[in-house]
Amino acid sequence: MNIEQLISDLFYIKPEIAVAVTLVVIVVVDLIMGKNKKALPFISLVGLLIAGILVVQQFGTAKFVFKTSINSSLMAIDNFGSYFKIIVVVSSIFIVFFSLSSAEIKSTYARHGEYYSLIFGMILGMFFMVSAADLILIYLSMELLSLSSYVLAGFVKNSIRNSEASLKYVIYGGVSSGIMLFGISIIFGLTGSTNLYEINSLIQAQSFPSITLLLAGLFIIVGFGFKISAAPFHFWTPDVYEGAPIPITAFLSVASKAAGFAVLIRFIKVVFVDSVDVNGFWHLINVIDWKSIIILLSILTMTLGNFAALWQDNLKRMLAYSSIAHAGYMLLGVAVLSNEGIIAIMIYFIVYLFMNLGAFFVVMLVANEIGSEEIDDYKGLGRSIPLLGVALAIFLISLVGLPPTAGFIAKVALFIALIDANMIVVLVITILNTVVSVYYYIRILRNLYLVKVDEERPMLRINFLNKVFVLFLAVPLIVFGIYFTPIIDFAKYSLNILGL
Amino acid sequence: MHSVPYLSLITFLPILGMIIVLALPKTQGRAIKSLTLLITGIQVIIAIILLINYDYSLGGIFEQSSFQFVEKWRWIDIDGFSWLGKIKVDYFLGIDGISTPLLLLTAIVTFIATLSSWNINKSIKGYFALFLLLDTGMMGVFVALDFFLFYIFWELMLLPMYFLIGVWGGPRREYAAIKFFLYTLLGSVFILIVMIGLYFSTQETLADGTRVFTFNILAMMDTNNFTPNGILSPLNPNNLRFIAYIALFAGFAIKIPMFPFHTWLPDAHVEAPTPISVILAGVLLKMGTYGILRISYPVFPEITKQLIWYIALFGMINIIYGALCAMAQRDFKKMIAYSSVSHMGYVLLGMASMNTLGISGAVLQMFNHGTITAMLFLIVGVLYDRTHTRDMDAFGGIAVQMPVYTGVVTVAFFAAIGLPSLSGFISEAFVFLGAFAVDLIRVLTVISISGILLGAAYMLWALQRVYLGKLNEKWASLKDLTFREYAMFIPLALIIIFLGVYPSPMLDLMNSSVNSMVKFMADAQVIYSSFGGF
Repeated sequence: MNIEQLISDLFYIKPEIAVAVTLVVIVVVDLIMGKNKKALPFISLVGLLIAGILVVQQFGTAKFVFKTSINSSLMAIDNFGSYFKIIVVVSSIFIVFFSLSSAEIKSTYARHGEYYSLIFGMILGMFFMVSAADLILIYLSMELLSLSSYVLAGFVKNSIRNSEASLKYVIYGGVSSGIMLFGISIIFGLTGSTNLYEINSLIQAQSFPSITLLLAGLFIIVGFGFKISAAPFHFWTPDVYEGAPIPITAFLSVASKAAGFAVLIRFIKVVFVDSVDVNGFWHLINVIDWKSIIILLSILTMTLGNFAALWQDNLKRMLAYSSIAHAGYMLLGVAVLSNEGIIAIMIYFIVYLFMNLGAFFVVMLVANEIGSEEIDDYKGLGRSIPLLGVALAIFLISLVGLPPTAGFIAKVALFIALIDANMIVVLVITILNTVVSVYYYIRILRNLYLVKVDEERPMLRINFLNKVFVLFLAVPLIVFGIYFTPIIDFAKYSLNILGL
Repeated sequence: MHSVPYLSLITFLPILGMIIVLALPKTQGRAIKSLTLLITGIQVIIAIILLINYDYSLGGIFEQSSFQFVEKWRWIDIDGFSWLGKIKVDYFLGIDGISTPLLLLTAIVTFIATLSSWNINKSIKGYFALFLLLDTGMMGVFVALDFFLFYIFWELMLLPMYFLIGVWGGPRREYAAIKFFLYTLLGSVFILIVMIGLYFSTQETLADGTRVFTFNILAMMDTNNFTPNGILSPLNPNNLRFIAYIALFAGFAIKIPMFPFHTWLPDAHVEAPTPISVILAGVLLKMGTYGILRISYPVFPEITKQLIWYIALFGMINIIYGALCAMAQRDFKKMIAYSSVSHMGYVLLGMASMNTLGISGAVLQMFNHGTITAMLFLIVGVLYDRTHTRDMDAFGGIAVQMPVYTGVVTVAFFAAIGLPSLSGFISEAFVFLGAFAVDLIRVLTVISISGILLGAAYMLWALQRVYLGKLNEKWASLKDLTFREYAMFIPLALIIIFLGVYPSPMLDLMNSSVNSMVKFMADAQVIYSSFGGF
């Protein structure tokens, strides 16, 4: 590989470079400005916007960059990756806004430089993750993401809850990434390659011991499963989501999960798919029965998430289980092993971004005022937060998946993929899960509006900008629920995974 | 000719009203109420305009050309890949003889329910905003001819109803509201599955000759549109049409509510505030039977034919079981709620006959039950407002104190019993005549007729316990009806008496459609039997 090639390839990772530069700028500005941290969020937003624009410009590109040998390279720049980068950028922009009004984050004003640079560390990790075409790069970028998020989960040092979350996250994360690395090493041992595309052609060409391959595949899935919090690798999720500062929880629940899904889809599609037929169904190389494995994981994940959520009293913890359940639904999009399933996941993520971030944002604003995230403390609060209450209702209804919110469209897209693949039994299980989920989502609305309280609760003072901001999250859910052409078109346009 | 989009107007006017209500300040309670009354009043006027311009000769049911006031434009238009096809969803509204009576009913009942909401004093703004949203959902269900649109309207009603029962209801409102919500949601997710299954089994031919999957309900009825491999296509030998039919039917049956899915109804009714009970019984229950007639019947004619005995059986169970339960109640409102279960049984029985008489009777019974039950719930409401109890044994001799009110009660009760010259009689007679003509369900029909007797028993017993006999001294100071209450009762009573004496206008309205439905179902048997394999 010559140096000209390297430089011209750098051109293709402009978004990543933009993120890395912003990270450095934040560190430098933090050093120069000393105690005044006001500029940092602003710099972050500018950096994100630039990165976002660069990602948008990259749509339509399909190219392998950073060749390591003749037919293998480190990264694959394609629309699929760019799509998930957009999800990451948009949610990061929201997270920066969240952080501006979070009481928890405000309490750490002196360490804001650290905070924003770590956020950019996460973003950089995710950017590489969604485009990585090599197991080593996948591993490294996941570690970058994980290490940054371990610190962020425990960012408020004097909060015992935060530290506990962080510690649990480190332990679970360390173990699962270790297992994943073991899986990667087995694959390397078998095939002699770490490049996804090369492994694909190798296992097509010759037969490897299928038990070993299965084991390696499963080990690698442990790592991805950890990131998307699929059961049985979800144990960290409730504790970390409950303990971490709310903006970080929200970020983990959307962006980190999106990146995890992107890499999981790319891994399965690139490594194990033999061909894609005219109907968009994938035909796997006959080594690992991914369909059954993922169906199993997904049913386990959604059922566990939904049923565990029923018993939660802490709203953040409940939303953690709800996000596990949603990971279960989205896994079905992988399990159908068809392009339509991938489209469904992509649609789901756009919608999920708005509804989940929205729900966490409202929880954060309320927690700022009443200092609690307990569901019981929401009793009779409906009238104290007229706008937020309605917005929260929209977010929760969308999470249930009822029309006319976009959550319905996301669910329908998924159901369509399932019916098209003739997976009726799985569909029925999913639908029953949805019905169960109504119970815990509606419980919040019940506490807000239905429960009688003895004394009127005082009005909460919510900043005007935050109200506008809540609308920014809630209105798209209604608009996309009624007119969903744009999101489907966008997802459809971005389906292209390089290679097949 | 019909350049005015009347159906969109009648459907979305309440949304406009909702936005205005939300913009008005909280203190303007009177303005909010008046605005809602105005909106629902305009809906009644639009419904009457529709009725005046309605062409009685057109049948509707399965062909777009004979639907009236049709509005159809593309709503979602996505060009797909070879493997996905195009995604097209239409905004498709239209009415025929089955939906027009129900549209009219919805307009009237909503208007009356608004009047009855006048004494709501708790967060007026929220109440009327939700009320108007509910109104849009109900109207939309009766005018939508695209399954996707239909489903959205169907689900749109769920949340307002949850809050209306849950916030403004009685002591056990939380339980009743969540029970209603979970039950109906469970029903509607089954409908959703079938909807998607049908989507993949039906392809419409566009103007340019390409074939695309469609949610158009009318296209789903046309056997030429079936895809060879769709899971709900009769062309596919391994199709799941039977299971899908059961799922769809169960989804609608929960709303009716059909035994054994009826348990949410008494709870919801007892806890709901009076106007919401009126809407629930007057309109929402009809959606179940309407959905069966609009979708289950013509889309799955061959399976309907196989199952009519069971439909009639459940109709019979509803009639008898509902009546027996009603008889056992002490709570006045619960009794009326169970009487609804019983009366909806007649609709099922009429539909099972699959002949003109029976189906006319069923549709007419939907309309009549809507007006009669609305009145019955208002009657309970009037009494409850004044006495704050619904225990029938706590009353007695109310007639002495409230003679005019008792007169109204008598009309409603006798109509519910099915006394000749009141509207309930006509529809029940039609149902029985229609069902009796079918050999298969004759025995069930004969058993069901005893429901009339039981109906008379519980109604008259209630009349006696509450209104006749010696006046309970506790209620010696009750006042008779107010002007607003007159305004609620008189239109309903007039409709009941008018349709009892002269039902032709309503029967003419539905006649062509019912005939075309019966013919369609009969013709379909031949076509479907040619597919074989079921």
